[in-house]
Amino acid sequence: MTPTKPKFELKLGMATREAFGKALVVAGRENKDIVVGDADLSKSTYTSLFHNEFPDRFFSCGIAEANMVAIAAGFAYAGKIPVVASFSCFVMNKGFEQLRVTVAYPKLNVKVVGTHSGISIGEDGPSQMSVEETALACSLPGFVVISPADEVSATALVLAAIKYVGPVFIRTGRMKAPIIYPPDQKFEIGKAIELMEGTDVTVIATGLLVAEAIRAHETLEAEGISVRVIDVHTIKPLDRAAIQRAAAETGAIVVAEEHLIDGGLGVRVAQVVGETHPCVMEFVGIHDTYAESGTPEQLLDKYGLVARDVIAAARRALARKKPRA
Amino acid sequence: MQAIAKRIRRGIIEMIGAAKSGHPGGSLSAVELVVALYFDVMRHDPSNPKWPDRDRFILSKGHAAPVLYAAMAECGYTPLDQLNTLRKLGSIYQGHPDVRFIPSLEASTGSLGEGVSLALGMGLTARLNGSPARTYAMMGDGEIQEGQIWESAMFGAFHKVDNIVAIVDYNGIQLDGFVKDIMEVAPLAAKWRAFGWHTVEIDGHNIPVIQAAFKEASETKGKPTAIIAHTIKGKGVSFMENNPKFHGTAPTPDEVKLALQELQ
Repeated sequence: MTPTKPKFELKLGMATREAFGKALVVAGRENKDIVVGDADLSKSTYTSLFHNEFPDRFFSCGIAEANMVAIAAGFAYAGKIPVVASFSCFVMNKGFEQLRVTVAYPKLNVKVVGTHSGISIGEDGPSQMSVEETALACSLPGFVVISPADEVSATALVLAAIKYVGPVFIRTGRMKAPIIYPPDQKFEIGKAIELMEGTDVTVIATGLLVAEAIRAHETLEAEGISVRVIDVHTIKPLDRAAIQRAAAETGAIVVAEEHLIDGGLGVRVAQVVGETHPCVMEFVGIHDTYAESGTPEQLLDKYGLVARDVIAAARRALARKKPRA
Repeated sequence: MQAIAKRIRRGIIEMIGAAKSGHPGGSLSAVELVVALYFDVMRHDPSNPKWPDRDRFILSKGHAAPVLYAAMAECGYTPLDQLNTLRKLGSIYQGHPDVRFIPSLEASTGSLGEGVSLALGMGLTARLNGSPARTYAMMGDGEIQEGQIWESAMFGAFHKVDNIVAIVDYNGIQLDGFVKDIMEVAPLAAKWRAFGWHTVEIDGHNIPVIQAAFKEASETKGKPTAIIAHTIKGKGVSFMENNPKFHGTAPTPDEVKLALQELQ
């Protein structure tokens, strides 16, 4: 056999939070109605880039996320396009009541960006980690929930989210993320992307786990197992057609995400599978626990969020799909 | 305006009586403040409710929805003859203000502590747009126990949002009893002053005094204004006045009759 060039080099690119900050500046140049709020984390969320270029449209909220979210609602009522950012854990948890009553309930055009999502923030530990933001965001009626995997998708989806009229939560990460997409890739909110074809099992992944799914595909392919990989960059609304197709055509689905399994992408996918084409499913995610301090790599390894875990889940799914005689 | 205030009080009693639930006490305490705003102070146009430069009122203490509904109906924003559908399935007059049912409301409210923040977003929008629009947010005195109020108070002074006014309907009673017994909020004016707001303390039932306070607020530059309005919970109905029971209890049919007699 001659070695073939891998389809995905997975070269490290920007963190999705940095791509967000840069895209926000681009959007700010085009649209003077964009205003930005941050809660004393602008250097970490990269909204400082917007602040530098548009100081009149940036509002320092101090360490007061609840107030920040409701101020964004006031901006939206009056016709602005507010974007507020903080770590996912703070903006979602401390701002949740305000997201519920002041933003979701009147369905306002507010964009909420959570950075440092998941456990890959690393050394800071569980108080700064977000393992529940997807569950919370998806429980807000009318919200769109976006979870980009790399800098290309983050950039495109931030711009799409700002053009979309309505409430959006965008989940971004701290770590530099492997580049998955060519620069000219097109993204549409709500439309999942089938990255790799496959017929034996499908891995549906989001965020950092998309790259792990690609690695799993390559390992399993060498064993003659054909793995379909789908990037669900929009967790809500889900691309039901892509999920149904995967269930019908591969008969086994693994969902992989850097989030609690309870209330995460996996259970949302399972709902669609149950409603359309029931099949074997396995889940890669965080099992009913908080994590701890460590390097991001150590934590992703310890808490079962690397290619090895996706591969194991795929094998379990295949075993249940075709029980040995 | 006294006559309007009386009509609005009657409307509050009738609609809460018909609904058999609701919050009469804190609706009645806010009547003169709301009447002064809608019938004198605010620049607004019921025939053009989305006029971008209009002044805005946010009822942060959303449970006092009946006073707002009665005032808006009196202005012509919403039908007067449907006020008695309050809180009933399908009514535009929801238990707490809901913009999905009444688009001319400025905000959906009801979860306490959020109105000043909303006003700040609107006030900053007016500033960015060069609009003369002013925004008024009314809180309850129990409501200001919410931490978010003080987050918004810090923000308002820091960003010098001088086109908004926060009004405290200081009636001294919350659901569980007297504010001083549940969680003391005094000294209120001193607190708002310490947070950097221009502060005016007034009799919240004296319309000329209320008008003067709003005028003082509009002339105050470089800082937002907080109006601490001393009011009487249940004002205008003898057996409701200063009675914690009528924070969140509807009058019986006999009590409705009695109240309406007093409000002749």
